[in-house]
Amino acid sequence: MSLGPYASFIVTSYLVAAGVVLILIAWIVVDYRRQKQRLSQLDASGVVRRSGRSATEFR
Amino acid sequence: MTLVDLANPTKFLTLTARLLPWLAAATAVLLLIGLYQSAMAPDDYQQGATVKIMFIHVPNAWLSMFVWGVMSLAALGTLVWRHPLADVAAKAAAPIGAAFTFLALVTGSLWGRPMWGTYWEWDARLTSVLILFLMYLGLIALWRAVEDPSRAARAAAILTLVGAINLPIIKFSVDWWNTLHQPASVMRMGGPVLDRAFLIPLLVMALAFSLLFVTLHLAAMRNEILRRRVRALQLMQVAQASQGPA
Repeated sequence: MSLGPYASFIVTSYLVAAGVVLILIAWIVVDYRRQKQRLSQLDASGVVRRSGRSATEFR
Repeated sequence: MTLVDLANPTKFLTLTARLLPWLAAATAVLLLIGLYQSAMAPDDYQQGATVKIMFIHVPNAWLSMFVWGVMSLAALGTLVWRHPLADVAAKAAAPIGAAFTFLALVTGSLWGRPMWGTYWEWDARLTSVLILFLMYLGLIALWRAVEDPSRAARAAAILTLVGAINLPIIKFSVDWWNTLHQPASVMRMGGPVLDRAFLIPLLVMALAFSLLFVTLHLAAMRNEILRRRVRALQLMQVAQASQGPA
């Protein structure tokens, strides 16, 4: 597969797209872990939800 | 589980936990198929191999508008039906939509340089998409500036609905004004004019990116629900601390 004289434009496009998608995925995964960690800390400090369920009960 | 049940954030979290692994796997498989087909697609007789940029540029451009459409529906959900998940959906979609719009602009620019001889031109299509990107950033800033999520939701919903005026402008800009950008070649009256060798990889990539959006959006909505639960519990903790021991 030859990309011709404009290979750098094509490869850069795909690399930028991959980079942005990976950053989005990483941001969402890190954010999820951070929220779960905060809920665990609140649970450990004895705070319970109005429903009486534990802070870490996600379902 | 009915649609009404999804209004309950806890039930939504249960459904999300079940769906996300399957959605992520389907997205990964479709992306791999789409990338393989894109790599194997023939060169265009005029554009040569640069036509391969179309397979990522066009899905991102479509999604940049589609995500704003989703946010507009969510805005109606906030203002009209006061659905409990509507503003969660809108807030979670904004950064993802901004990322797709950024990619549409960057890949379009990288496609434009070899084909048009310039990275950027202040014509109607490019400028209206840049405005869309700036509106996404404005919405994200608004969500961050107002601490109370319900107050932020109403302001963001109004801004989103006003911004939706830009969607038909983007879509029809290539018909209404003279622009460097080519007119629609897939979503047009009379059907697509693209050859099947380009159309099929393009549609597979569009489906893959759409599934990517659904997956990321559900995950970001789950995060937002948890963030609000953290906020509510922290407020309860502060209230309990200020009351002191009984």
